Amino acid sequence: MDDLESRAKQALADIGNAATLDALDALRVGLLGKSGIVTAALKSLGALAPDERKARGAEVNTVKQALADALAARKQQLEQVELDRRLASEKLDISLPGRDGERGGLHPITRALERIASIFARLGYQRADGPEIEDDWHNFEALNFPPHHPARAMHDTFYFGDGSLLRTHTSPVQIRAMAGRQPPIRIIAPGKVYRSDSDQTHSPMFHQIEGLLVDETSSMADLKGTLTEFLRAFFERDFEMMFKPTYFPFVEPGADVIIRWEQEDGSSRWLEVLGCGMVHPNVLKNVGIDPERYTGFAFGMGVERLAMLRYGVKDLRAFFENDLRFLKQFA
Amino acid sequence: MNFSENWLRELVEIDADRDTLVRALTMAGLEVEDVTPLGECLEHVVVAQIVAAERHPQADRLQICQVDAGLGQPLQIVCGAPNARIGIKVPLAIVGAKLPNGVAIKAAKLRGVESNGMLCSAKELAIDADASGLLELPSVAPVGQPLATYLGLPDASIELSLTPNRADCLSLHGLAYDVAALFGSAVKLPAAVAVAVSSDARRGIRLEAGKDAPRYLGRVVEGIDPSARTPLWMAERLRRAHLRPISAVVDITNYVMLELGQPMHAFDNDALHGDIVVRHSRSGETLKLLDGSDARLDEGFVLITDEQQVLAVAGVMGGHESRATETTRNVFLESAHFAPAAIMGRARKLGLHTEASHRFERGVDPELPRRALERATELLLAIAGGKAGPILVAENIADLPRPAPVALRRARLKRVLGVDVDDSEVTRIFTALGMQVTIHPDGWQVVAPSSRFDIEREEDLIEEVARIFGYDNIPTLRPSGALALAVEPETRIGELALREQLAARGYHEAINLSFLSLELLTRWGFTDELVSLANPLSADLAVMQPSLLPGLIEALRHNRARQQERVRLFEVARVFAAGDPPRETPSLAIVACGNARAEQWGEPSRALDFHDLKGDLDALIAWGGEPARWSVDATSLPAWLHPGRGARVMRDGKTVGYLGALHPQLAKALDLGADVHVMELALEPLLARRLPLARAVPRFPTVRRDIALDLPEEVRWSQVEEAVRQALGERLQELRLFDRYSGKGVEQGRKSLAMGLILQDASRTLTDDDADRCIREAVAALEQTCKAKLRG
Repeated sequence: MDDLESRAKQALADIGNAATLDALDALRVGLLGKSGIVTAALKSLGALAPDERKARGAEVNTVKQALADALAARKQQLEQVELDRRLASEKLDISLPGRDGERGGLHPITRALERIASIFARLGYQRADGPEIEDDWHNFEALNFPPHHPARAMHDTFYFGDGSLLRTHTSPVQIRAMAGRQPPIRIIAPGKVYRSDSDQTHSPMFHQIEGLLVDETSSMADLKGTLTEFLRAFFERDFEMMFKPTYFPFVEPGADVIIRWEQEDGSSRWLEVLGCGMVHPNVLKNVGIDPERYTGFAFGMGVERLAMLRYGVKDLRAFFENDLRFLKQFA
Repeated sequence: MNFSENWLRELVEIDADRDTLVRALTMAGLEVEDVTPLGECLEHVVVAQIVAAERHPQADRLQICQVDAGLGQPLQIVCGAPNARIGIKVPLAIVGAKLPNGVAIKAAKLRGVESNGMLCSAKELAIDADASGLLELPSVAPVGQPLATYLGLPDASIELSLTPNRADCLSLHGLAYDVAALFGSAVKLPAAVAVAVSSDARRGIRLEAGKDAPRYLGRVVEGIDPSARTPLWMAERLRRAHLRPISAVVDITNYVMLELGQPMHAFDNDALHGDIVVRHSRSGETLKLLDGSDARLDEGFVLITDEQQVLAVAGVMGGHESRATETTRNVFLESAHFAPAAIMGRARKLGLHTEASHRFERGVDPELPRRALERATELLLAIAGGKAGPILVAENIADLPRPAPVALRRARLKRVLGVDVDDSEVTRIFTALGMQVTIHPDGWQVVAPSSRFDIEREEDLIEEVARIFGYDNIPTLRPSGALALAVEPETRIGELALREQLAARGYHEAINLSFLSLELLTRWGFTDELVSLANPLSADLAVMQPSLLPGLIEALRHNRARQQERVRLFEVARVFAAGDPPRETPSLAIVACGNARAEQWGEPSRALDFHDLKGDLDALIAWGGEPARWSVDATSLPAWLHPGRGARVMRDGKTVGYLGALHPQLAKALDLGADVHVMELALEPLLARRLPLARAVPRFPTVRRDIALDLPEEVRWSQVEEAVRQALGERLQELRLFDRYSGKGVEQGRKSLAMGLILQDASRTLTDDDADRCIREAVAALEQTCKAKLRG
């Protein structure tokens, strides 16, 4: 039965030469299939004597194993070739832009405002809100501005026919937040405010953020600490800072916070960035909080000013032109 | 207020240079706005007199002057100033001088004539802006004296920007107290004077304005020399305070106001008739003011009148007819106290702001009138001569403000400032500020000087301590107070998250001014319930926005006009409607135009349409988790929407907004195309979110069946959805529309809808028979309610 051995030898050469998976499979059928030569050889074992059958059986199985190994090895080779070819043909230009990858963005004022509010949120300040159309009580009187007081002249006010007005600052939210509530109070009130003034550096509408803290222990030292930390956190840098005495009717003592701001050309100048002070006892009384038991501080800042410094915006008016070429820079 | 630095230094010891002084003032709440150095670089500039002058032979405009500079020999100077003439005294820069403007003076030849120096104008010496000619010095100026010595230079004009509570610092004397407290030094104020009375000229004074004018002092000074000139030292101090010298009498009253803080007025005594009457104004009264303008007074003013006429608006401005002029020989000096509340806002009402009104509405020391009157008389007699009559006084003592004692507790001071200030320092500060201090076991009792209108309560004293002690010396601490936990409801979507969501969907946030023009709103059809400003900046900014869309569309147009074809903008802001009080509602608006997607290599481009924006709406609604509460309707649309491509959006059956294409007429009027789509919704409903309540995930598989229906064109998808839902109830998990077609193969006026029904039963696996039965039921319902036919 050298026939099997010689045919197997030929078959091993054929397997090595098989060019496609189909050709390889045809070889497999001819060798190991139902009517393949190995199968036939195995079938013919039954006709042999038992001792001869055993020896021959081992020989045939050796051949069968060799062929099966060769088939599997060749199959793997051919599959690899096939995969390589497919991968080569499936190459994309991955530098082409993706689909629907465009996104919009938040307005720089929103961005700055939310950053400020979130810094204070981490210190336990809750968001508070009030109307933009205010009455004289909340915008002025309750904040310790008597009628006709010269301090009112610093607020160029828009009025409506019925005597109501557009709030000139976010401070009236203090009054609304404190009314009917007892300390401890920590609020932060962002929003639009209005002054009848319009030029290169004034917009008749702009944004302020008011902060207020009232409790049994707070002092001016705490106010200084709070605002110093806030400014450094907001700008993520350190700078010289001063608290300069000033006058707002609703706080006493009152201060302006000025920082030494380094400019692009390397020079620096002092800039006012915040107003603040200890809440005036009259204000606490106006909202039914005992000024003997409680003290507090309040602060207010212009969001446009902070956003201009933070993002390098040179012209205030750019904020309200809504030019996409500007807005897209903040996406 | 502006003032001369040298003058201040004369009144209080200041052991510090100019920069230190300026910083100290600012850090004590007296903000220095500006500092103008005056008369620097005046070395080799002397007082000189022109003793001879002749025309330059080669130049019409030049003169050859012989100038006496006290050197024995006159110097020859060629000069082109128009006022150069024999006899006048002027500043001379001699050879070697280097003027503030950088000009170095050398001997030179001008058109062939030798010149040994330069005669100067005020501007060339940086003393004043006047460049019209040589600075003419008084005839008494000593020839040869260095000009700086003569004029009290160098000096600086310091501009203070005072807050309204510190009227007491609107004078040099008031300022001196603060400076003394800051530098721990003493004030050196001249003592009050009392002029000897030398005539008996009198005039009656009647007070008829109650609390508004509780004290009025007057004095007649007769026989002054109308040609008397304001002395140079006074003129210089006025000039450095930015007050123009006018005439001796007026300059004296201004000078006293600067020095002491008391606004005064000088009348021509011969123009007055009978008694002075201080009273309230009556409706219809008028007065021609000093500045020549006519004031309509109506009610609410305090007036100075005589028995025939209105003379002055108290605390604001005097009248034109009774003013002291350059021919006045007999003057009546007024020095009065008016209550701040009686003056506040009055000047503004007349369109004025005067030195007097600025001071009186903030508060002038009620004890000052007599001292000021004596000081002014002293100066007047010295400068212009004359005979002083007795001081005439009318006052209601009971109506004068009287400083009440204010207590400061040591513990409270520490509590508010967060720092221990030494007792001795507190006492020192109050004393230096001119306050009377009594020390108590637990603090201080303080009586403020009558010039301070801002010391009424404990906090006012704390502020005084803080600003003199120095804010810089207060420590910087972390607040350690009690903290209440802020609870954020989970059933509310944050506004910021909503904005981020829109940004993620390709929209850029815009912020518009809240006011619009009536014209634009009318064009949109917004005419009802508008809220208009009484004092708008302009007609363009006159009406509070009733909708965010007109403003946003203007922003879209702005961008379109700048080569931005595809615009996506949103805004979150309040809209306003008339009411008492006016209603303001937070609103969200979106505008979009251009292609649906950004131009892309792998996708066909298509114009934006209604359903692109509807997709944005659906996404926002889906976020809240309760889409079933939302619906849209095509009826009752606003005029600015396309009637066939617009929708009213409702939540729980209540209208909350609109979306769709702009009405073609409006779009055309705004020069826009059909691709512009808008949406505006009340913000609050969008922020409501369901708190999830979990149910078990169904255990049995779903079955999908697809059907295609032939329906009349006018049947809306929502009707189809409703019919199927009604028919199948709980068994319908989902209904997906995957094709919509009309045209070839579908009868005219009808359309084909293909949809997938996802079916499921909670208790068992649905069989094919079950699914077939469901489809039959659904089709039957659609045939009945929607005139549908199942397509092959």
